[in-house]
Amino acid sequence: MSGLLGKKLGMTNVFDDKGNSISVTVIEAGPCPVTAIKTKDRDGYEALQLGYGQKPERVVTKALKGHYAKAGVKPSEVLCEFDGFDIASYKLGDVINVDKVFAVGDKVSVTGTSKGKGFQGVVKRHHFGGGLVTHGQSDRLRAPGSVGSSSYPSRSFKGLRMAGRMGGKRSTMKNLKVVRLIPDSNLILVEGSIPGPTNGYVQIWK
Amino acid sequence: MNKIALVEAAHLKTDLPRFRPGDTINVHFRVIEGDKERIQDFEGIVISRRGAGLKETFTVRKISNGVGVERVFPIHSPRIAKIELVREGKVRRAKLFYLRDLASKAVRQKTT
Repeated sequence: MSGLLGKKLGMTNVFDDKGNSISVTVIEAGPCPVTAIKTKDRDGYEALQLGYGQKPERVVTKALKGHYAKAGVKPSEVLCEFDGFDIASYKLGDVINVDKVFAVGDKVSVTGTSKGKGFQGVVKRHHFGGGLVTHGQSDRLRAPGSVGSSSYPSRSFKGLRMAGRMGGKRSTMKNLKVVRLIPDSNLILVEGSIPGPTNGYVQIWK
Repeated sequence: MNKIALVEAAHLKTDLPRFRPGDTINVHFRVIEGDKERIQDFEGIVISRRGAGLKETFTVRKISNGVGVERVFPIHSPRIAKIELVREGKVRRAKLFYLRDLASKAVRQKTT
């Protein structure tokens, strides 16, 4: 899949030509320099490695400094490989802009790290229904219920849904419609919400 | 410029009249029926304005056939053909939800 790296800037509304209000997420996508080209001969597969954002020179390790110097670009904040590009038409250091990859009406998927929710119970984390409120129940309102049977098997099964850390994980929203592109400021507007906080880094896949 | 504001700038209306909660306004709303389009008037008292930028909305309340009706409009919606200021009101609150519990005479006294 081809795509770009970007940063979530926040959400707002826009109006379509019929006057309907559409909720959109504004993402700054690119400009992404090509930092490496993976070829069939050397790497066994074809892909472009793209960068996004700027990192201060002092925090970059020597190994990565060499990597960036080879491509002739400034150190990026994030790197990611995309395999959908025609690698023959790109060379190291080329900058890919948002209008080169996406068009209005395209369906894209956006991957990011979801907001961390901390330690959460089963009602919020796994959409359990909770317990009964009436019929003489007490302290069972958001309880998980039974976690297994008794003497056989005498244990709880692995992977049983329980309370625990929620969020802060890689997450993808699929099939989001591209509502508008603003190439001058590298913006892409997709319908609906995407994972992660404002200013979080995301990958936009086409 | 804030990039979100840049996105919204394309849709913002510049010819809006100044109106506040308590004012009586007439909203000319485009109604699309099949392929025909006509203008529907909605006249009443503004009881709330909320949000900012393109997401700003306002609530208009009127008494229609003895029943209170409230409509919320996005202020920058292209479906709003025109907003007409009928009468300025004089109120001491930003949100006039208490008008819902008043008789029409009391509403008149509270907003003039």
